[in-house]
Amino acid sequence: MSNAYRTKNSTGLINKNKKINFTFNGHTYHGYEGDTLASALISNGIHLIGRSFKYHRPRGFLGVGVEEPNAMVQLHEGNKSEPNIIATEVELVEGLKAKSQNCWPSVQFDIGEVNNLLNRFFPAGFYYKTFMWPKSFWMKIYEPFIRKAAGMGVAPLQPDPDRYEHNYEHCDVLVVGSGPSGLASALAAAKNGARVILAEDKANFGGSLLTDEVTIGNMSGKEWANDTVAQLKSLPNVILKKRSQVFGYYDHNMTVMIERVSDHQENPSKYTPRQRLHYIRAGEVIVSTGSIERPISFGNNDRPGILLASAAKEYMTVYETLVGKKPIIFTNNDTAYSTALEFLKNDITPVILDTRNNSNGELVKEVKQKGVNIRFNSGIADTKGHLKIKSAVIGELDKDKENFTSLESIDCDCICMSGGWTPTVHLSSQAGNKLKFNEEIDAFVPDKKRQRESAVGAANGSFTLNQSLAEGFQVGFDLSNKFTDNNIVTNTPNSKEPKYEKHERLWCMPLPQGKTPKRFIDFQNDVAVSDVELAIREGFRSIEHVKRYTTLGMAGDQGKTSNLNGLQYVSNIEKKIVPEVGHTTFRPPYTPVTIGAIVGREVGNHYLPTRKSPIHNWHEENNAVFVAAGLWQRPRYYPKESENMNDAVNREAANVRSNVGICDVTTLGKIDIKGPDAPEFLNRVYTNAWLKLPVGKARYGVMLREDGMVFDDGTTSRLSENHFHMTTTTAQAANVLSHLEYYLQVVWPELDVNVLSTTEQWSGIAVAGPKSRELLSKLFPNIDLSNEGLPFMGLVDTNIDGIFARIYRISFSGELAYEVNVESNFGLHMWKRIMDVGKAFNIEPYGTEALSTLRIEMGHVAGAELDGRAVPFDVGLNGMVSKKKDFIGKRSLSKEAFTSEDRQTIVGLVPLDKRTKIPEGSHIVENDKVASPVPKLGHVSSSCWSVEYNNPFSIAIIKDGKNKIGKNLFAVSPLKDISIPVEVVSSHYVDPDGERVRS
Amino acid sequence: MLEIKCPYCGKRSQNEFSYGGDATVKRPTLGEEISTEDWDNFVYFRDNPRGKHTELWHHVSGCRQWFKASRDTATHEIFDTCKMNEALNE
Ligand SMILES: [Zn+2]
Repeated sequence: MSNAYRTKNSTGLINKNKKINFTFNGHTYHGYEGDTLASALISNGIHLIGRSFKYHRPRGFLGVGVEEPNAMVQLHEGNKSEPNIIATEVELVEGLKAKSQNCWPSVQFDIGEVNNLLNRFFPAGFYYKTFMWPKSFWMKIYEPFIRKAAGMGVAPLQPDPDRYEHNYEHCDVLVVGSGPSGLASALAAAKNGARVILAEDKANFGGSLLTDEVTIGNMSGKEWANDTVAQLKSLPNVILKKRSQVFGYYDHNMTVMIERVSDHQENPSKYTPRQRLHYIRAGEVIVSTGSIERPISFGNNDRPGILLASAAKEYMTVYETLVGKKPIIFTNNDTAYSTALEFLKNDITPVILDTRNNSNGELVKEVKQKGVNIRFNSGIADTKGHLKIKSAVIGELDKDKENFTSLESIDCDCICMSGGWTPTVHLSSQAGNKLKFNEEIDAFVPDKKRQRESAVGAANGSFTLNQSLAEGFQVGFDLSNKFTDNNIVTNTPNSKEPKYEKHERLWCMPLPQGKTPKRFIDFQNDVAVSDVELAIREGFRSIEHVKRYTTLGMAGDQGKTSNLNGLQYVSNIEKKIVPEVGHTTFRPPYTPVTIGAIVGREVGNHYLPTRKSPIHNWHEENNAVFVAAGLWQRPRYYPKESENMNDAVNREAANVRSNVGICDVTTLGKIDIKGPDAPEFLNRVYTNAWLKLPVGKARYGVMLREDGMVFDDGTTSRLSENHFHMTTTTAQAANVLSHLEYYLQVVWPELDVNVLSTTEQWSGIAVAGPKSRELLSKLFPNIDLSNEGLPFMGLVDTNIDGIFARIYRISFSGELAYEVNVESNFGLHMWKRIMDVGKAFNIEPYGTEALSTLRIEMGHVAGAELDGRAVPFDVGLNGMVSKKKDFIGKRSLSKEAFTSEDRQTIVGLVPLDKRTKIPEGSHIVENDKVASPVPKLGHVSSSCWSVEYNNPFSIAIIKDGKNKIGKNLFAVSPLKDISIPVEVVSSHYVDPDGERVRS
Repeated sequence: MLEIKCPYCGKRSQNEFSYGGDATVKRPTLGEEISTEDWDNFVYFRDNPRGKHTELWHHVSGCRQWFKASRDTATHEIFDTCKMNEALNE
């Protein structure tokens, strides 16, 4: 039985010398090289592939490519498992494992099919109507039910093992689709010298030329396609991409294309990506995406074995596969007759039903000449066959084609239907093209373009080969002329194809009398004619509303085969013409795209760049636990032996208070500021005065946004008359630089100042603690580090081991402290030298946790307090605000709301039991016993264990903070379900007068 | 993703730039007496036009220059870009 459904002649693209084994639902089959999973299954006589979304009806193949709505499978196993893959788009590869979705326990016997029997309870809008109330049912009953019933595949739980890549391309002309108009466009543009990319979704170039019997020049269509591709390949200015789908058209001619690189390879090499996402910025885009055949709605038109006539033809001509041996062809136009002729080549005589009264098209005549009886004015009313089509109820139509005049049943094993053709306008629509309705072909075509995009051939509604080629050559040449001066014209060859007569405007068959079988429009979302009727009856008029209510065209296939039939049906009921009904907007992606491809290589550590200080390796060797600070990796603490974080942090912080600690502060933002107007500029940027800062001195500064909120703080020092070194917080470094550039370039261009980030040029090492002076004096014996020689906020340049070093006397910990800056490359050397000398002083490194502890104890504000909602007054920085001069944001500070006495301001908190740590983010309330909502006084911004007092301490921002000092309040954390009685104290918990830093 | 022509570097993809808002807003002069209403208009209020908009962009992952652009907010068409001390071709 295997491969019993193959054509007589091997004139397609199947290589019978290479057998390929695969399994479907656990059974092993074989196909050949060149097969898709779809053609291989059909050649084995298998049409039943899955169950439908809502009613769990048995479904087979409708199409042969991207238009396929039914044949979605789960591919592969384990971590490579992938759901919802369209079988018509999967190339057969040795060992491929596929299985049906949306069925349990098996595709033949599916429990969910009960939905089909109950289908009168599942009309359009069913979910909206049924799952409205009670609200409490949602989580436990409705949602699990819908999830289980909603029949899609299963995503694997393990990480995706495959590799995906991104690529950026630029070209003059991107041609999407390699049918006759696409090949013509690409050839004309490329020969004229434009840089061309030609993208084809399928594994072979040629589009309809692979299936149609036509002549171009003195060649067959297929030969001309091969010849043109060969010519294009020989040109250096052309990139040809097959297995590549352009799925998105974004602004400024940015298109995105997915290339299936190794999905079809049996053993791809380790570093070959599975798929590659190409971002193509194209000068011009030629949309030659062809057209998709339309189905016809008739009773039970969704049984396995009922498919598009063009699909049946492509299975025969390209994949050498017979979709059946007892076919019915059902059409409203001439093109389906080419499918009939293919059957006849295989000695199979189809039954032909044509809704039209007659046709004298060339193909029709040819079929007649071969002695086939054509039943005009006929249609299908209903079908039978549970898991596969077995028979059709057919009959003649009355004069208005609104009823059948007689009915009979005939046996069949497949029905090939054709409702005419719909141009594939998705990309043009995505590009912003306003479509117009073409009455000649009863479909929408691109009209007013918004971007540099041109549709040609069938995608433009030009259905004849002559038109397609002429448009392709013309548009390809015209557009390429925008990019080159060559003016090389490629002549359009003569072509010959059969003449077609017009289709009939009939896409929905009447029901057989007294029966109401479902007539499907949207196969993927199980939307039938009756659902559209119901939506209209219930008052939905806008096509966008009908779409959402019925879910017509909303499935993964984007309504490729259903949109227009749905519109047509709405317009029939409404007695309007289609353009008045309008159409819905197409959005990317045109076809489903693997998330892995969208993510590309930006996974794990590659998700973001990692910034490391030059001392990073030392931290690593010394057992540091790291924490991310923006992109930086900073040591959080350095645990010793069995220490937990609290132990380590307390030890590190206490050692700073009693001996000396060393901390890597390389990550602080540093900005070099130069120019005669630099002092004036700083005076405008900072809230305090800068004009009189002496050379060789540093000053703490606070900068605001124009709305008065504190933006950043840091220490800036004057290196020479017109040269300053600014430091910013680690988090705001990039924003501060942009801020300075904005004011210099946009607001005050008259100021002669240059700013430059030097964050990565300097490595900064903080040496803090009462023994820091002694330590550094030993390391730098030649400089005077006494309180007089280098006072608080002073700086001195020196040399050590031939390295330039700048020592600042600044402190973040509140202790006597210094910061040694050296060029980044010498950061590690400097660090090791300080550690060496420091041993005698019990030096220990401390991380960001201890750093926080030290600053919180001192009441120094940081990011948690400066959260963009605080004016200087709120965080105790009022003393920093100059009354004399103007600066960025100053005017805002006098606004009423910002001067109000009861603003939330900074305080300290100590738990009454002196033991319970207060979670950051806790709410501060006066009384925790009242019913909610409890009036909130403020929140806890930072918490630590005070190593000075050996009890917890927090900083909080609370209403009228100053006047609350000494009061008892509650810190409530609903997340942790605790309420801690606390005493409000000054935020300057340790050394409130700042004696230590000046000692 | 838009393609933006930096007046210093040429055409680059949008992800190299950051947006800077309405370019026609003038910051009040430093030291100038100004009513709360005028100040609030400067700090908080911006027009949100559909159509042509004169705006600032910062080539933040490039030359780090701020510049002006004239862009259609509905279609994203960029009519012109220029340096801060130049005038846009409107
Ligand atoms: Zn630039």
